[in-house]
Amino acid sequence: MSKWYIGAGEQNDIVISTRIRLARNIEDYPFPCKLDTKSRTALNKKIGDAICGRENLEFIEMKTLTQPQIVSLAEKHLISPEFASSYDGRALLLSDSEGISIMLCEEDHIKIQVMKPGLSLETAYAEADRIDDELNEKFVFAFDDRLGYLTQCPTNLGTGMRASVLLHLPALTACGQMSSISSTVSKLGLTVCGSYGEGSVPMGDIYCLSNQVTLGISEKAAIDNLKTVTLQLAAQERTARAEMVKNIETEDEIFRAYGILKSARILPVKEFMTLVSKVRLGAVAGLIGIKPETVDELMISMQPATINAAVGKNLDGRERDIERAKQVRQRL
Amino acid sequence: MLCQNCGKYEATTHIKRIVNGEATEAHLCSDCARALGYDNVFPDFGFNFSDMLGSFFNEATVGALSNGIVRCEKCGSTFNDIVRSGRMGCGDCYSTFYDKLLPSFERIHGRTHHEGKKANTSPEIKKLSKTEELKENLKQAVEAQNYEEAARLRDEIKKLESEDNQK
Repeated sequence: MSKWYIGAGEQNDIVISTRIRLARNIEDYPFPCKLDTKSRTALNKKIGDAICGRENLEFIEMKTLTQPQIVSLAEKHLISPEFASSYDGRALLLSDSEGISIMLCEEDHIKIQVMKPGLSLETAYAEADRIDDELNEKFVFAFDDRLGYLTQCPTNLGTGMRASVLLHLPALTACGQMSSISSTVSKLGLTVCGSYGEGSVPMGDIYCLSNQVTLGISEKAAIDNLKTVTLQLAAQERTARAEMVKNIETEDEIFRAYGILKSARILPVKEFMTLVSKVRLGAVAGLIGIKPETVDELMISMQPATINAAVGKNLDGRERDIERAKQVRQRL
Repeated sequence: MLCQNCGKYEATTHIKRIVNGEATEAHLCSDCARALGYDNVFPDFGFNFSDMLGSFFNEATVGALSNGIVRCEKCGSTFNDIVRSGRMGCGDCYSTFYDKLLPSFERIHGRTHHEGKKANTSPEIKKLSKTEELKENLKQAVEAQNYEEAARLRDEIKKLESEDNQK
């Protein structure tokens, strides 16, 4: 079955993907931090049995996976980096398309996650909501009328919902707009951060915009808010891009990046992300005949652990950079 | 000024240490500072999230900790445990320490009352919670030797459970 990220979504010149996460806990049990490995494993099994048959999800105990496989899941954003950091008493429910992933015994007992390409907040939420309802038919959730869904960390209290969109913002980054955008969106109860790598300019000019506040704001209001801000940012990015691509220097950079990706023999991930961001910009502007979704798929599959997991070998840094260059040449 | 250690590069790090009242000073370049272990002279400047959350809690509760130790009945967490780890132990911690926690929730979210989806609304679950609640009441009635009430509760539970079995 084809993966969720194969296919173009709405606004995909800028919005790469949409993700909804719902945190839920079962009333009868203390939170995972208070459960030992054995109890967590048993609880995971119980939740898996309750939902697997109905949703066609594969039940994966994290300890059965290799380290590159686990990190690769995090690189694909199917699990959180925190979830990847320890496999003891943790399990994952994963759909064929990888569009649905449910982390069991991460910070909370259940973390439902739905991913969609492009901007698709309502559809992604509807799907997460349906899975939530199915689970809630089998288990009593920890819930309080005043505080909403009870979560291990009070920052998720209330709806327990994190809605996020992955944005490609090369033009706004180049104009030096990101820090002012970051402080503006924080006043609106949202947060923006780099998605790949750390530091002030994240790799590939890719940012994650998500809701920060979960208590006292309904799911619908939070999603509407996120959507409005996303559309505004997308409009600003388009204006900035239109100016940028008129410039022969930008066009030159795009084609140089494309040239390097098509011919390089060694490609470190940082260089790859910088170049691929330019190529994506060129693709969306119609300068290069590739679809943006092809670039998005490449960005996911060329991450370090994902390459290792795909070739089934523990390649070291240099071997992997050579492998990356080879695969990029083949695909472009 | 050149680095006092290598004498090659401009000194960028000025270290002044006072140990037992005796002051020593050193002017080092960034490479030597790192090599000599002065690369992180302000270890307390970095903080992780649970520290931050802990401080959210702390401010709300100075003084409250001295009034005898209250433990969550379900998971055994004390308020101090929650402050220290920045984590709640279970759902019941929220009701046990509700008043103490509320100012922190307001600081984090700006609001204190849930809006949006409500859990446990399906008919099956409602019944499940009702049976559980009755069983708990029955236990308490037996402990209190209130046998009349216990008999009434037992019948009610039986009725609910047989309704379930007939389905």
